Amino acid sequence: MGILNIVTYIPLIGAIVILFFVRKENGPAIRYTATFFAVVDFIVSLYLWFNFDPHGKGVHLFQFRETYTWIPSLGVQYDFGIDGISLLLILLTTFMGIIAVVSSYAAIDHRQKEYYILLLLLQTGMIGTFCALDFFLFYVFWEIMLVPMYFIIGIWGGPRKLYAAIKFFLYTLTGSVVMLLSILALYFFNDGGIPFLNIKGLGNAATFSVLQYHNIGHLIPPTLQFWIFIGFFLGFAIKVPMFPFHTWLPDAHVEAPTAGSIILAAVLLKMGTYGFVRFALPILPDATKQLIIPIVVLSIIGIIYGALVSLVQKDMKKLVAYSSVSHLGFVMLGMFALNPMGLKGSVLQMINHGISTGALFLLVGIIYERRHTRMIADYGGLAKQMPMYATLFLIAALSSMGLPALNGFIGEFTILLGAANKSIVWASFASVGIVLGAAYLLWLYQRVFWGPLDNPANKNVPDVNRRELGMLLALVFFMVWIGIKPAVFFDIIEEPVNYIVQKVDPTYFARQPLTYPPAAPVVVSAVETTR
Amino acid sequence: MTWNDMIYLLPEIILTVGASVMLLVPVMGARGTKLSAKWMMIAVLAVTAISLIVCSHAVETIVQSRQLQAMFALDAFSIFFKLLFIAAIGMLVMLSEDFLAESRYSPWEYYSLLGFALCGMMFMASGVHLITIYIGLELLSLSSYVLAGFYKSELKSTEAAMKYFILGAVSSAILLYGISLIYGVCGSLNLQDIAAAMSTIVQNDALMFGIMLLGAGLCFKIAAVPFHVWTPDVYEGAPTPISAFLSTASKAAAFAIFARIFYVGLHDFHLGWSNVLATISALSMILGNLAAITQDNVKRMLGYSSIAHAGYILLGIISLNTLGLRGILVYSIVYVFANLGIWATVLMLRRHQYAGERVDDFEGLSHRAPLWAFAMVIFLLSLGGIPPTAGFIGKYFLFAAAVKAGFGWLAVIAVLMSAVSMFYYLRLVVAMYLREGIEAEFAITTPLKIVAGVCLAVTLLLGILPAPMIDQVIASSNNVAVRAGLTPHAGR
Repeated sequence: MGILNIVTYIPLIGAIVILFFVRKENGPAIRYTATFFAVVDFIVSLYLWFNFDPHGKGVHLFQFRETYTWIPSLGVQYDFGIDGISLLLILLTTFMGIIAVVSSYAAIDHRQKEYYILLLLLQTGMIGTFCALDFFLFYVFWEIMLVPMYFIIGIWGGPRKLYAAIKFFLYTLTGSVVMLLSILALYFFNDGGIPFLNIKGLGNAATFSVLQYHNIGHLIPPTLQFWIFIGFFLGFAIKVPMFPFHTWLPDAHVEAPTAGSIILAAVLLKMGTYGFVRFALPILPDATKQLIIPIVVLSIIGIIYGALVSLVQKDMKKLVAYSSVSHLGFVMLGMFALNPMGLKGSVLQMINHGISTGALFLLVGIIYERRHTRMIADYGGLAKQMPMYATLFLIAALSSMGLPALNGFIGEFTILLGAANKSIVWASFASVGIVLGAAYLLWLYQRVFWGPLDNPANKNVPDVNRRELGMLLALVFFMVWIGIKPAVFFDIIEEPVNYIVQKVDPTYFARQPLTYPPAAPVVVSAVETTR
Repeated sequence: MTWNDMIYLLPEIILTVGASVMLLVPVMGARGTKLSAKWMMIAVLAVTAISLIVCSHAVETIVQSRQLQAMFALDAFSIFFKLLFIAAIGMLVMLSEDFLAESRYSPWEYYSLLGFALCGMMFMASGVHLITIYIGLELLSLSSYVLAGFYKSELKSTEAAMKYFILGAVSSAILLYGISLIYGVCGSLNLQDIAAAMSTIVQNDALMFGIMLLGAGLCFKIAAVPFHVWTPDVYEGAPTPISAFLSTASKAAAFAIFARIFYVGLHDFHLGWSNVLATISALSMILGNLAAITQDNVKRMLGYSSIAHAGYILLGIISLNTLGLRGILVYSIVYVFANLGIWATVLMLRRHQYAGERVDDFEGLSHRAPLWAFAMVIFLLSLGGIPPTAGFIGKYFLFAAAVKAGFGWLAVIAVLMSAVSMFYYLRLVVAMYLREGIEAEFAITTPLKIVAGVCLAVTLLLGILPAPMIDQVIASSNNVAVRAGLTPHAGR
């Protein structure tokens, strides 16, 4: 039992403890037990952060490996291991796990026991998904996440919770079952082939190992790659969600309870983008390159459409939900620039979006708990009544719109650099999205916090309490840390990103010897001699 | 027929004697009434199971006569299915107890009919000769007709039995006609002889016609579209434990003979029948799942869902590879246990004079019986094929088999339809967890608890640690795979 398993299953143990040892009437005990396990999980996951070697290459790229046989007759292994990308996402998950639990203290007042059990189960599913290096195992965790989230939306959600929960479930399930077919096609290609369709296999031992597929990806004929990619694309693009597949997102977000929205935005959406960087890109290089243009077009549409729709929302939560469509468009754009700069920005932006949008959902949840309305028109002049809340909201909004010295700027800027490196047209379209992002967030801020405090219902709203302040300050800490010391994070994802670029475009680094990989006394001396 | 042959048939003989004795108990007057029909049935089942295991070891050293060898095989494949049937019938006995106690009909007749049906199923599993298979099938069918109409005085039950009987008789006739055509061309009814004869035939319309008729008859038994119309009506009208029986054990038996006939007997004509069956499979999945969405009656919904599941299982037949064959075995287990768990819940619920038949009857179950509601969610997820339940492993095998065989389009329909199926399975979850309606009424009894507990344990355990089951399935299906000309070890 290694460290990754411990991190994955601590929440599950917490869920079991609550199930059997805490009485359902004892609300505080349930809350504190859940918090205890979430905090322990986060602390244990810090072990990964301190013991991770960011310079591991080749066989050491994936660290903390744990491999057990699971279903030998099918070639299924229980295989865990993380690289820098998974590391950051796992830390994001364990951290947002605490936020999700703590933010539910006041908001969830009925069926608390079931709620915290499901929240912890969900966390196990999410961490497992990021750890899995075996397709079968990955798929199992991927599907496990669906069920708790369905219940969280369906039981504790808003007025249209049933509709939103079923829509969420069916959309994601449809995507993932199609993805399963792609996984099977890969599996048979590696193994005996599909004689009926004249697809010759490689004749290797049957396996679901992701790393094996990273190695044989370039051998897959382009047509087969294309179809496999389409399957993966449906699975991941629905989860991201990319432009035409995003319609479940606003419903799910608006109806979900605050913690559900936080987890959904911060972690579940990252499953899609993570799927692209971990599976689709390195395994299917030809199809990736072939489909750059359609995907980039969809991403840019997503960026601008998401921003424009956010601009006209009357409901704060819906506004933040649509802003996710826009931000995830950036992530996809940076990724499909297919250069280290774009990919690094893309990965970092996944984390940034998790923190910033998570914070915004939390803030919307806080005001909703006090006033039971999320309509922008019901507010105005809140800055006078709730100065602390207003300040924190401003920081989160600025972080989300990409103000320098906060995290969002670093991610978006790097993505734009990467995109511009590929095509200046992409970057110019994307920068429109940034401008619109500033517009909808600042306009929201203006309408809610400035102006006269004329709605009498807002006159006695208390400012944030200590519990909320603690959560928000923790989030702000990460916004500032990533904003002023991004090098720490870039360092961790450097090697995985180079690995992916190498897989997609094997000649990339050969074409630019001076810039990448940035190792180098050799480079320095070369510069000096030319002087 | 030699004494040695008796060893091969001993489990069936014991069962037949046991069931006959049970039929006679009521006429023995006052002495008989002191016995409990349920416990006697369970004892008969236990003895049958034990004798089956003992005989299966004993026959390794005993030579079978040539005549019996051509008709009946006690191989790993049949033992696998027989044990599954016995387990399923055992659980059905548990499910039936309270139901029978509330009615005014004799439990002795009921259990003895179940025993005869089981005997028929065991012959089906062992049959390697079309006549053995047909006789087993008829024994099962005749018992099922009577059981479906067991509530003589209730209109619905009589109607169900009538429909089932008339359509079943017609389908048996079609099946027999197909068998006779095959006999006419191949000159034998033993499956291996048929296969040997077919390997020399390139094209023969009479044979193709015979195969089609045989397939149609079998499709009626597994309720595949377009031979499915009886299913929802019969499931709705029959006494609920009998609906449970028809949708689990009885169907698994039909899958067993379907697999054996097509894998062992007809594999050479794969190109001829695979596309027809693929169409039937696609139609079953689409129609079964779409029709189930609109049902408010849970028994009807399960009827349509079982049509869809027949479509999934057909993937295993169509693909004709080791994965498909194993998939049929795996799916049979998975499907029987998940379905029995759901039927146990239906039986547990009480509303008016009927058991919990409407989706509304499940409302609020999570408040009153949280553990039971949780088990129900697991069963439904298993039928929908969501990991980490056993249903996912079953669907994995069948979908993989279809992809491997090159039926990509069919696999796409299958996965999309299994996503659709979650829609109506979730309707029950919604009723149990998300609706704050009238509280569900129910009566949890120990036998029901045992059945649900066993089903839950199997469904979860096989989903999380499937390796032992898969190894067992591989061992059980190897001989059939070899007969079908498949190399079990290379095929994976």
